[in-house]
Parts: sequence; structure tokens; C-alpha cells
Amino acid sequence: MTDDWIIQTQDLTKEFKGFFAVREVGLKVRRGTIHALIGPNGAGKTTCFNLITKFLQPSKGRILYNGRDITRADPASVARAGMVRSFQISAVFPHMTVLENIRVALQRGLGTSFHFWRSDQSLDVLNGRARELAAAVGIADFVETPAVELSYGRKRALEIATTLALEPEMLLLDEPMAGMGREDIDRIARLIREVAKGRTVLMVEHNLAVVADLSDTITVLARGQILAEGDYHSVSRDPQVIEAYMGTAHG
Amino acid sequence: MLQRRIWGTVLVAAALAAPYAVYPVFLMKALCFGLFAVAFNLLLGYTGLLSFGHAAFFGFAAYVTGHAMKEWGATPELGILAGVAVAAAMGLVFGVLAIRRLGIYFAMVTLALAQMVYFFCVQAPFTHGEDGIQAIPRGKLFGLLPLDDMYVLYYVVLAVFGIGVWIVWRAIHSPFGQVLAAIRENEPRAISLGYRTERFKLAAFVLSATLAGLAGSVKTLVFQLASLTDVQWHTSGEVVLMTLLGGMGTALGPVVGAFVVTTIENYLADIGAWVTIIQGVIFVLVVTLFRRGIVGEALAFIERSRRR
Ligand SMILES: Nc1ncnc2c1ncn2[C@@H]1O[C@H](COP(=O)(O)OP(=O)(O)OP(=O)(O)O)[C@@H](O)[C@H]1O
Ligand SMILES: [Mg+2]
Repeated sequence: MTDDWIIQTQDLTKEFKGFFAVREVGLKVRRGTIHALIGPNGAGKTTCFNLITKFLQPSKGRILYNGRDITRADPASVARAGMVRSFQISAVFPHMTVLENIRVALQRGLGTSFHFWRSDQSLDVLNGRARELAAAVGIADFVETPAVELSYGRKRALEIATTLALEPEMLLLDEPMAGMGREDIDRIARLIREVAKGRTVLMVEHNLAVVADLSDTITVLARGQILAEGDYHSVSRDPQVIEAYMGTAHG
Repeated sequence: MLQRRIWGTVLVAAALAAPYAVYPVFLMKALCFGLFAVAFNLLLGYTGLLSFGHAAFFGFAAYVTGHAMKEWGATPELGILAGVAVAAAMGLVFGVLAIRRLGIYFAMVTLALAQMVYFFCVQAPFTHGEDGIQAIPRGKLFGLLPLDDMYVLYYVVLAVFGIGVWIVWRAIHSPFGQVLAAIRENEPRAISLGYRTERFKLAAFVLSATLAGLAGSVKTLVFQLASLTDVQWHTSGEVVLMTLLGGMGTALGPVVGAFVVTTIENYLADIGAWVTIIQGVIFVLVVTLFRRGIVGEALAFIERSRRR
């Protein structure tokens, strides 16, 4: 029944000079779900993301994506295979406009990315689609704005639009709402629910209200190991989880 | 847009008239170094890679062109072609070995490789060691244009310069250039969008090395000389200085930087070692006070006064 699982990790371990940031993690993400990865600071969540998307090489263990072993793949080919990540600190191309940011993602599809002799006006055919994507995440009015001038919430929206441009099968979002105000949180939450239709989302998030609201499954990580797994109801009652969060899970 | 066109016309007119006002050899030297700096800037300013070994491409291409023309009697166009091809091949080798290194390590690897090229040139007989390859015949370009005529030579050098600068400009404003910009701005993000960034950086490196070679080959025609100075680390440092001084984020900044540095060297040659010290002081000033360089600061100034 490997078909049910879009991601499976076995024994996944990352050691930094004697320190185990991730230790023997067996994570399974079911296709078509929103799966949250939570845990205290330093639990190893971002490291897990880096391992799964191949930005880091595991010290031990295996990673299967769609049943295929990607343990030795490089990060760009993982992205090409349909698994696209965001970063904990917002990842935009700051001095490019919103339109250009999205276009860079769309451009790969044209197959002209090595053509240094061709005018960049040849990319204008992508403008329509780029505008659609900007509109879909609510930043249609800012297409000509350099990304660096956007508010934090809009930068994150731009990141999602750029990610969606690749039409990924799976999205990994690392704290998509960190540092946001109420309004932005609601907007991004709606957006995530929207984009999750027909895709799989694995997200790290500290805001437990959001996690409770959005996710089908929650995995709790602490000190690099899986502490508990299940839906919000069962996880939030787990005594070990409560201890790890020192009561904040109920607060 | 119109303003840009006017400025462009003025610049071209000035470049065409210049040899009647200024010593042509000086102008051609500045144009060669200008092209060299523009090629270098494709890496530093537009890809975000600091190479400290670009003299190897510039200087070795100069030797190849000089040798081909003097010993084998190659025509100028073939001599240049040979120099450029060798520079491209060297760029590929350097690039493959260095591109995976990040930041200062990248600069160190390029420097180390360039030093190996330098020591090879010191030892190899065909370079004639300290003497260099001298009295290289200029010949006729395409069998038609007599390059011994200073004015003909000047317009040929100007044309090559124009073509080189245009190629870099085209590359920056191309689909390829967009990916380079993305890599420079946020490489992990570019990777996460599925770009194999090392290949793009390698392509930019080879392109830059090729054009640096073109600059070196043409320089050989101008001075009828290929010597150790051109492959020395000092030349690698000079091109960094020219680019930073003129403004690395700008298309024409490196040309301005090249003209300024060449002028300093030409007119202050009498005071010998002081030139190096003056260059050092300029370098420190640019790095600490005028980070955008001459053209960068000027553009920022225009922008500021426009907003007011
Ligand atoms: N490159 C590295 N070298 C050494 N230690 C590292 C490295 N990357 C992460 N760590 C350590 O591994 C542990 C897990 O880090 P990670 O960033 O995965 O945590 P996290 O769960 O994402 O935390 P946060 O909620 O603060 O983002 C931390 O103690 C961190 O200091
Ligand atoms: Mg983290």
C-alpha cells in the first residue's frame, strides 16, 4: 500500500558533529492531506524539511517519495519531481518585482533558461499566467512592486504564488505564518486550504490554533524524535506532548 | 527611454571621434581593459561570484594569439579565434573545479588555478619568459583591413569592444540572465524552484572567461606584445578594482572603472611604486565609502534628486 503514502522516511537521522538534530524518524505523509509537523524550538523540524527536500544529506536512513527512493537525489531534481518547499525565513527574490518573481518559476517550463542570446521579452508570454497567480494569492495590485517593498504577509503570499507556479504535487511550508498579524494569518490559512485541494501539504507551524484548524494529521517532534502522532484531539491530550510544550498546548 | 537613446548616441559619437583628440593607443588599452572588466562583471555583479583568477584567461589568450600570429603566421581573425577558444576551454576547466566552492573558497580556488597557469607561463618556452612574445605582426583583418594603421586598428578594437559589451548586455537581459539574477538574490530558493544552479553558474563562468580571453587577444594586437604581466595575479586584482570602482551592479560601470584606472597608470607612471599605493587607497575608499562605485553612486544620486 505504498501508494497511499506520498512521503515515507525510514530511520531518518541527521547528526551534526555528535549532536543528533534528527534521530531515527519514520515519518509518513498520506497523499492529499494537510500534515503538520510541530514541536518546541530546536526540535529538528526544519532539519527534517532539509533532509526530505535534499538540501541536507542524511547521516542515516532512507526517504521515499511516491515510493521512489530519493535518498541520493539532488535538491533541484526533487523540486522538478513535484515536491517544492518554502523556507522558514521568507524566500523571495528581493530586487525583482512580484511579476518577475513568479515568472522565474514559470520560466523553467519554456525550456529557454540557458538561452543567453534571447531577449527577456520572450518571457512576456508568461505575464498573463503570472498575473493570475498573483491574483490568486491576493497581491494582484502589487505586480510591479519589488518584492523587498512588500509587507511580511504579502511576501509569504508571493512565495506561495511562486511555489504554485510550479504546480507541485506536494508543498512543504516551513512556518508560513511566523511573525504575522491576525489578518494575514487568516488570509494565509485560507490560501493553504485552497491550494491543498488536490495536493499534499506538509507544514511546520507554531500557531496551534492554525494547526488544529487546518491539519488532518499532526506529528509532534521533540529533541529530534517523534513523540506522538495523530489528529489534534488525540495529540493534544498526550501527556508527553503536554510535558514537551510545558502546558502551552492547552493554553 | 528617449533620454537613454540620446545618451547612447552621444557616447557612440564620442567613441568614434575620440582617436582624433586622444592618443589612440591609450584609448585602445582602456577599451581592452573595459571589455575585460565588463566580462568579469558578468560574474561578480550579475552572478554573485568573485573570481580572483581572471588574469589567466586574459593573459593566456594573449599568449595564444601572439604565438599563433608570430610563429604560425595566423591571420588576425584566426589568432583571436584561437585565443578565445583556449580561454573558453580554460574557463570550463576552472569552472568545473571551482563552482562548487562557496564565497571566499571560490575566490581561493580560482586564484590557485590562475597561479598554476602563471607558473606554467614562466616555465614554458613558447612564452619567452621575462621577454614575452614581442613584435607580433598585426597583419590584415579578413585580408582587407591593415591593422598597422592606428585608426583602422582603433575602429576594429572599438567594434570588438562593442560586440563584447553587447553580448554581456544581452546575456544579462535574457531568460538566462533572469535565472542568474534569481541565483544571485537567493540561491536556495532558485534551487527549490528546480534550477540546477551550478550549471547556470558554470555557463556564466565560461561566458565570462571567453570574453576575458577576447579582451586579452585584442590587447595583443594593439601592443604587439604578450607578456607575463597579463597573466599575473596583479592583473586579476586590477580587474576587481576596475569593476568595484566603476560600479559592479551596473552595465557600464566597469568600463568607466577601466578608463579611470588606465588613466591613473598612464599619467602617473613616472612616480613608479606610488601607483600601486594610490590604487590601494582607491580600493579601500570604494569598499568603505562608495560601495556602489562611480556609476552606481551617480545613478543613485539621479534617482534621489528625481524623487525629491
Ligand atoms: N547546520 C547545523 N549545524 C549544527 N547544528 C545544527 C545545524 N542545523 C540545525 N542544527 C541544530 O539542530 C537542532 C534542530 O534545529 P532545527 O532548525 O531543525 O529546529 P526547528 O525544530 O526547526 O526549530 P525552530 O522551531 O526554532 O525553527 C537545533 O538544536 C539546531 O541548533
Ligand atoms: Mg525551524
